[in-house]
Amino acid sequence: MASFLLQKTIRLLTVLFGVSLLTFSVLHLIPGDPVRVMLGDMGGGAAGDQSQAAYENLRRQLGLDRPLPVQYVRYIEDAVQGDLGRSFQTQRTVMSSVANSLPSTLVLTAASMVITVILGVVLGVLAALQHHTWWDTGIMVLSLIGLAMPSFWLGLILLMIFSFQLEWFPVRGTGIGSLVLPAITLGLGGAGVIARLARASLLEVLRNEYVTTARAKGLKETLVITRHALTNALIPVVTMAGLQFGQLLAGAFIVETVFARPGIGRLLVDAVLSRDYPMVQGVALVAAVGYVIVNFFVDLSYAWLDPRIRHI
Amino acid sequence: MSKSILPSNDQLQRIISRKKPRSFARDTARQLRGNPGAILGTIVLIVLVLVSAMAPILSPYDPASTDLLSQLEPPNSSHWFGTDEFGRDILTRIVYGGRISLTVGLIALAIGATLGTFIGLISGFYGGRVDVSLMWFIDVLLAFPGILLALLVVSILGVDLRNLMLAVGVSMIPRFARLVRGTVLSAKENLYVDAARVTGLPESLVLARHVLPNVISPVIVLSTLSLGTAIIIASGLSFLGLGAKPPSPEWGAMLSDGRQFLQRQWWIATFPGVAILVTVLAVNLIGDGLRDALDPRMNQ
Repeated sequence: MASFLLQKTIRLLTVLFGVSLLTFSVLHLIPGDPVRVMLGDMGGGAAGDQSQAAYENLRRQLGLDRPLPVQYVRYIEDAVQGDLGRSFQTQRTVMSSVANSLPSTLVLTAASMVITVILGVVLGVLAALQHHTWWDTGIMVLSLIGLAMPSFWLGLILLMIFSFQLEWFPVRGTGIGSLVLPAITLGLGGAGVIARLARASLLEVLRNEYVTTARAKGLKETLVITRHALTNALIPVVTMAGLQFGQLLAGAFIVETVFARPGIGRLLVDAVLSRDYPMVQGVALVAAVGYVIVNFFVDLSYAWLDPRIRHI
Repeated sequence: MSKSILPSNDQLQRIISRKKPRSFARDTARQLRGNPGAILGTIVLIVLVLVSAMAPILSPYDPASTDLLSQLEPPNSSHWFGTDEFGRDILTRIVYGGRISLTVGLIALAIGATLGTFIGLISGFYGGRVDVSLMWFIDVLLAFPGILLALLVVSILGVDLRNLMLAVGVSMIPRFARLVRGTVLSAKENLYVDAARVTGLPESLVLARHVLPNVISPVIVLSTLSLGTAIIIASGLSFLGLGAKPPSPEWGAMLSDGRQFLQRQWWIATFPGVAILVTVLAVNLIGDGLRDALDPRMNQ
């Protein structure tokens, strides 16, 4: 397990290095002069001493007046200390904006994760136990539709029905009530994935000899399913649920805009639209690092659950 | 007495005299015919493509021309899907929008599949440091989940339909690179690859003639399964205002327009979403069918 852990940690560090390199490069990959692009959007493209001074000032603020390797080392040093620069639009530090928005995104992601896992497992198990019946077909058709349904459209439809027509949930806000529709919107697609996996996994486990033996012993079907079959069938589901966390985090970027919720997704979209590059870099770095670290722990948990993985 | 498992002379004659070998395409089509989901998906997709292609003939309206006397009309006999705030016929815009959304999805997929396949081929075939470096690059791209990578590319290149295709294409690269590399790693262990090398064939020809054919089936399956994702990401970015711009009838942009009319004019935001759902569902059904037909291992 120690060598597995070391191997995974080295891989994590190299990927984090790559992520930092990519987010750092954002400013340098822009076609043309990034400072002119940003000033152009602010209406600062006019000629004259004032605009030249603004140009030099922003160039210095972004650190673009230094050699490239120095810029990168400085970027990493600052990032490690929690300094991700300053927003070009709001002049607030990127870190404070991210820190303000992140809890809302995490709450939404966690709530949708609960819906994804519970709904997915319940539907998947039900489909497997009712194999080759209308229940099974119906659940599989629903999961296919869930996978094909764009979350931004589902969000609008739910808003239309449950907020505007029935008035069950507020259109926007920060309370629990306002979390329900975004969480359902975000969680339904993932529930389809989990349902298909849970069904396939349980069907495979139910064919094993130890399940037949448990039945032959006269054990009640409920106990056979819960004690013997489900415990093994859910191992791949746990891994998939972990991987879904990243997908849900990415999905939150759109759902936050649909429901006008504050969060890092909306922060990033607004930053891209206003060409606020320090904010784009900061949010992308935080999101990617979070995603990589979650995946790292998912890998470890899988190896802990299934020792064969450690030797692959 | 046990029956011989060897073919009889008659059987051997029949095998030798068989004139037409079963082709890959015919085999796949035969297997797809036994899959009702794939048949349904194919029919729906053909109808969508034909209707989009024949839009000017089929629709009496122009997708961009405004009609202030027909603003915000609910679905009726003249406008089956109603009209928007400028009096434009929504059905017509959806039909024309199909051209944009399908083209954007297909081109983005072509970019992702081509680059991903190339990276996977080189990485898997040459191995060593080339493999380590390329897979590190793919791992770094994978650190940015789905739409985040596309958002990053759009932020670099700017908001534009061409950049949207490139952004979605880049977000598709890792899945193809990973799949192709895995397939190449197993294919290059075959004896016929060693035999080709022994004959003195240059490495690039060994790769092109003997390894590449193994990759085609899985890439076709993954391409079909990824087309739906490409369409959803592209329309999602347009919905956010980072792709097609108004008055373009791109489906995501139409949905974005409909947001402000959710309370009273439900039809504006409903029908473009149904169009995306039906298209992606059809493509996914075909993808599932192709996967079962061409690569049953992926299904497991």
